[in-house]
Amino acid sequence: MTLEDFRSETRAWLEENCPPGMRTPMPDDERVWGGKNPVFKHPESKVWMERMVERGWTAPQWPREYGGGGLSRAEAAILTEEMNRISARPPLFSFGLGMLGPLLLDIGTQAEKERYLAPITRGEIRWCQGYSEPGAGSDLAGLQTRAEDKGDHYLVNGQKVWTSYAHHADWIFCLVRTDTSVKHAGISFLLFDMHSPGVEVRPIKLISGASAFCETFFDNVKVPKDQLVGEVNGGWAIAKQLLAHERAMISQLGARGGNRLPPFKDMARRYAGDANGRIADPLLRDLVARQLINDRAFESTSKRAIGSADAAAGVASMLKYYGTEQNKRKMEVIMKCAGYAGLGWEGEEFDDNDLVLCRSWLRSKGNSIEGGTSEVQLNVIAKRILGLPD
Amino acid sequence: MADQLTQQDHELLRDTAARFFGERSPLGAMRQLRDEQNEVGFDREVWREMSEMGWAGILIDEADGGVDLGYRALGTILEQSGRTLTASPLLSTVLSATPIISRAGNEAQRADTLSAVADGALMIALAHEECPRHAPHRIATRAVKNDDGYVINGKKTFVLDGHVADRLLLVARTSCEDDQREGISLFLIDNALPGIRIKRTRMVDSRNAANIRFNNVQIPAGSIIGTVGGGADILDPVLDGARAGVAAEMLGSGQEAFDITVEYLKVREQFGAPIGSFQALKHRAAEMYCEIELARSAVYAALDALDQKARDAAELVCVAKAKACDMLELVSNEAVQMHGGIGMTDEADVGLFLKRARVAQQLYGDVVFHRQRFADLIGL
Repeated sequence: MTLEDFRSETRAWLEENCPPGMRTPMPDDERVWGGKNPVFKHPESKVWMERMVERGWTAPQWPREYGGGGLSRAEAAILTEEMNRISARPPLFSFGLGMLGPLLLDIGTQAEKERYLAPITRGEIRWCQGYSEPGAGSDLAGLQTRAEDKGDHYLVNGQKVWTSYAHHADWIFCLVRTDTSVKHAGISFLLFDMHSPGVEVRPIKLISGASAFCETFFDNVKVPKDQLVGEVNGGWAIAKQLLAHERAMISQLGARGGNRLPPFKDMARRYAGDANGRIADPLLRDLVARQLINDRAFESTSKRAIGSADAAAGVASMLKYYGTEQNKRKMEVIMKCAGYAGLGWEGEEFDDNDLVLCRSWLRSKGNSIEGGTSEVQLNVIAKRILGLPD
Repeated sequence: MADQLTQQDHELLRDTAARFFGERSPLGAMRQLRDEQNEVGFDREVWREMSEMGWAGILIDEADGGVDLGYRALGTILEQSGRTLTASPLLSTVLSATPIISRAGNEAQRADTLSAVADGALMIALAHEECPRHAPHRIATRAVKNDDGYVINGKKTFVLDGHVADRLLLVARTSCEDDQREGISLFLIDNALPGIRIKRTRMVDSRNAANIRFNNVQIPAGSIIGTVGGGADILDPVLDGARAGVAAEMLGSGQEAFDITVEYLKVREQFGAPIGSFQALKHRAAEMYCEIELARSAVYAALDALDQKARDAAELVCVAKAKACDMLELVSNEAVQMHGGIGMTDEADVGLFLKRARVAQQLYGDVVFHRQRFADLIGL
């Protein structure tokens, strides 16, 4: 099938199968995350997910045998374009799709692929990521959560923090220490059920008022030994590989929107523009233009990076660093444009957009911290790309 | 033709250009031209060799004697020339003046110039700017119709290769007020007509530019290009190509100044360690890397958009020049600072990049110009 045929077929299928309600801007709480107890707040979101699952298009480029769509990169790009054309919502949000799945496709055994991938594409298992600990943030390899070899199972003890959506997750992919005598070479990559006895989760309230992050405690959690991915003590290389996937994902958050805010340009014009949306104040206009120029250049950079054969770790770090810092700059510019209107916390005196703006501005501060701080990304670039000495 | 170039073609052209400039026109050659106050301002032999490779005719149609490889290909060559700070008629003749004749010249004008330009035998300078800052439509130089053609009065500044060009492509006003887009006309004229006085200016980057005065210069009626008063419609898209081309040269200069600086960070030792091991410098270097990559993407996107005649080409050109300006200002300043005292010496190459940077930043609009133009174009 030619790409043009694929495009017309895809367009026709989406026309027929994407429900009208799934072509509207999506509030955060209408996102579909799947899992054992899935929430479909919007009535049409369930059928939309099911239809996309059936087609393999929740994971368009994964092989069909694991529930994917088997599309080429060019075909997947067309699918994205066609979905954007009708403003179709992503059918399923998932750390399994964005992080664990790509990793297992890369390095997983046949058995692991068969066991874990298809349920991810069908949204049956909701995954969370157990990386950071109270004493291991930027110095991630200093993590202390222990997995002791007890013969027929591992016994996990310790604490994770900033575990996104752990309170809704079914399973966790988790970095654990299997050797305490060495640092990087004593880490392993373990998968286990969050409903296991000994797992406790406490949401953390953030400056934005939201509680998407959790503290996660493990007290003598028994994990079957076949749930360790890769080699024992070989987890650090896996951890870094997965971080590259995560960073590429986070770098695009600002570009794709993905939250409840209208596009940056529209907001700037609404808050700072006259009746025609023209921004009369030359300094505000310059601030806005500057960020829109950065956005265009970043968009071209993302395309160029994704088009190149390998997204090396350093390149993922560049995208993560620039994308998140750029998102923060844009939020600050919009706050300047909005003035008092952007400062509302709650209540009916502010309209919904104003309130979302304020919370989103606060939330954006985490973009350059989660998934490795900006400073860590700069370290990675200096080392991996520029070859500067330690 | 430009559409048919593959990724491999571009890589081959890049490697060819990198090797050529590295061997035939390294930084030392630029220093020598500067130090001997060379009359011509560039190496005619190097230009002849560049022309033999087809680079002088890279934007000219095959029917007119060129090779028509497009802006992306020319940008690739300019980027490499920026690494060695090579002066050549690429900017003046190939990028700025000749495309006007290619697009709007009549049969006689095309036959008279295009194949000669492609052969490297003819140089044309764009006599356009009149203000200290780029102002494409602020034209006070007047062309007044008389029985013999037009009489020109006015003054042009910052005319690239103005003192060595064989012809001038003159932007003059035939009607309307001095800052209006309407009423601008283009003329292809000889540089040796009575009443033309050309003075070379010595610029900080040691490159060629000239001030040109026109005092009651009589030119023939047949020298006009396109329609009377419709010059801006021809000029504006050519200027966009020129802006993207200069941005490509700036990209190469920024990359080279950065590479030189990173190398220095690895070898210069203080406090018993290479200074590149200090996080304060590492982070600044990594930030520069990001800015260079952003500028690179923006430049390539603009060049591609020009070749594809994309709807948003003008916007992307603004993005490219704006990002290239910000990037090169940052990198050229940091290059000097990170070299410490050595960076202030004439012997260190980073100073050459700093000097060229500011000229290239102003050329065809600096970051302020392009931010404003971008805002206008997108209706902010």
